[in-house]
Amino acid sequence: MKILISALVVIVVLAGAALAYALGPSAIATVERPMPESFSGAEVKRGAELARLGYCNTCHTVRGGDPYAGGYAIETSFGTIYSTNITPDEETGIGRWSQEAFSRSLREGLDREGHHLYPAFPYTHFTKLTDQDARALYAFFMTRTPIRRSPRENDLPFPLNWRPVLAGWKLFFFDSGRFEPDGNASDTVNHGAYLVEGLSHCGACHTPRNFLQAEKRDDFLRGGEAEGWTAPAIAGDLPTPKGWTEAGLKSYLTGSFTADHGVAAGPMQPVAENLAAVPAADVEAIAAYVLPKMRSGAGKLAPAAATSEQGGNGNDEGRVLYAGLCASCHEASSPARRAHGMNLADSSALNEATSRNFVNFVLAGVQPPEGRAGSFMPALAGSLTDEQLTVLAAYLRHAKAGLRPWDDLGKTISNVRETMRRADAEPQR
Amino acid sequence: MTRFTVNDRPFSTETDVETPLLYVLRNELELNGAKFGCGLGQCGACTVLLDGEAVFSCLIPLAALEGRNVTTLEGLGTIDDPGPVQAAFIEEQAAQCGYCIPGMIMRTQGMLNRNPAPSEREIREHLNPNLCRCGTHMRILRAARRAAGKPAGDQAALAERSAT
Repeated sequence: MKILISALVVIVVLAGAALAYALGPSAIATVERPMPESFSGAEVKRGAELARLGYCNTCHTVRGGDPYAGGYAIETSFGTIYSTNITPDEETGIGRWSQEAFSRSLREGLDREGHHLYPAFPYTHFTKLTDQDARALYAFFMTRTPIRRSPRENDLPFPLNWRPVLAGWKLFFFDSGRFEPDGNASDTVNHGAYLVEGLSHCGACHTPRNFLQAEKRDDFLRGGEAEGWTAPAIAGDLPTPKGWTEAGLKSYLTGSFTADHGVAAGPMQPVAENLAAVPAADVEAIAAYVLPKMRSGAGKLAPAAATSEQGGNGNDEGRVLYAGLCASCHEASSPARRAHGMNLADSSALNEATSRNFVNFVLAGVQPPEGRAGSFMPALAGSLTDEQLTVLAAYLRHAKAGLRPWDDLGKTISNVRETMRRADAEPQR
Repeated sequence: MTRFTVNDRPFSTETDVETPLLYVLRNELELNGAKFGCGLGQCGACTVLLDGEAVFSCLIPLAALEGRNVTTLEGLGTIDDPGPVQAAFIEEQAAQCGYCIPGMIMRTQGMLNRNPAPSEREIREHLNPNLCRCGTHMRILRAARRAAGKPAGDQAALAERSAT
């Protein structure tokens, strides 16, 4: 039955594509690039904050590259999509886009010429943006330094490299429409909902996706994936044993170390770096909206009666590896514990159903954002063999989380090592 | 009993397997290149190579070393015949107090083992875990560039950064 439905969806997507190709959305005429002076300072300033709240820099900038000049590789299960140049360069960027074309791209997922955009660009969320915010974002981007740089071609197989296919996808999975506030909720909570569901697109990572990469609406914020990491559930049952407070959540969201939940890492690190640079009221609103959705500890399985073969008390090698490599920062008696070593029993990574985040943390470590002070955890990729990491994981799962060893560990280790090798070998642009 | 090689020579020890490698190198083998800095894997003064990759020897216990290969500063060359990375650090006079330099040399060697032609950004990212409190970073970077066979000067590096 499921296969039949899937096949039907694919057929309708393709039919929709053919139809869209025939009817095709129209191009919006080019304009003279607006002069930076034509925008008010207040509008540009709010636009800068909104760009932070949408993490535009994260996906539209390559490591060490010019801001917003694009080229960042987004790996999907279908292939690689490279982000576009959104600086106001007339030839290679959006310099000749009108406000109308810019707003339409955000809210309808179409470029100026009317081509459908891949939903790696989260227009499924940005569609909720108000006119005012779309104007402020336009003001911000039109006042950036134009960079002449053509985006790299996407690496997608046929028929996905044929954009009209996306018209069919949108039929199923895209609801265009502005944010509608909840009359029973406070202004703060409504602003939080507007950000979380819209501009800040939390669901893009924290909501699971279906086989066509669309977010499953019924599982909103119940845990997804991001760039080889697990994006833990932030609604419903959370993997974290310790509960969240408003103050703790705000600290975490703005990149500070928190004793109960550690520090934002992996793809969450640039999110926190951006949220650290926006007005406190915006972060407060996000926290006010998300906090009531979070139920910590409830989802935790009862500690399994792990046997010694599963990495229980008899796992002396695991204990020795932990004592040497981890305990000097993570054990309660350690002087470093108060400064950024969390009790691993509280770690979402160790309590998650998949080993992905644990393996990422151990092999790649945690480095603060460039030029900032912050938590540092050494990368242990060179220190531990795969076998040793397996033994260490089994020990920690048992001793700290009271859980059985992960089943996916071997595969995860090779995946993460492969990703690290590729990142090493990846040319800069 | 733990058996591994140090600078290509087989070595075995009865020392407790919980002992960090650094103590064995310094106290049993009298290889004093690697230094104790923080003991927490936060400063890099203790960096050595394990199977060719830079690791913190203050953290890694003997238990993790069975059958593996350790290279220390002493394994890269001698005072009379320094290895290429050591020679580059001497040439650029990268040391001030010198305490961090063995770790810096070993991390540079680890980078070159993995990537013989690193970009300026890759050099900076790779050396990032190692701290220097004297502030000779610019000389250390010059030495790392020289070791990688690149123009050592800051101007060339700046030009490379803005060109990419």
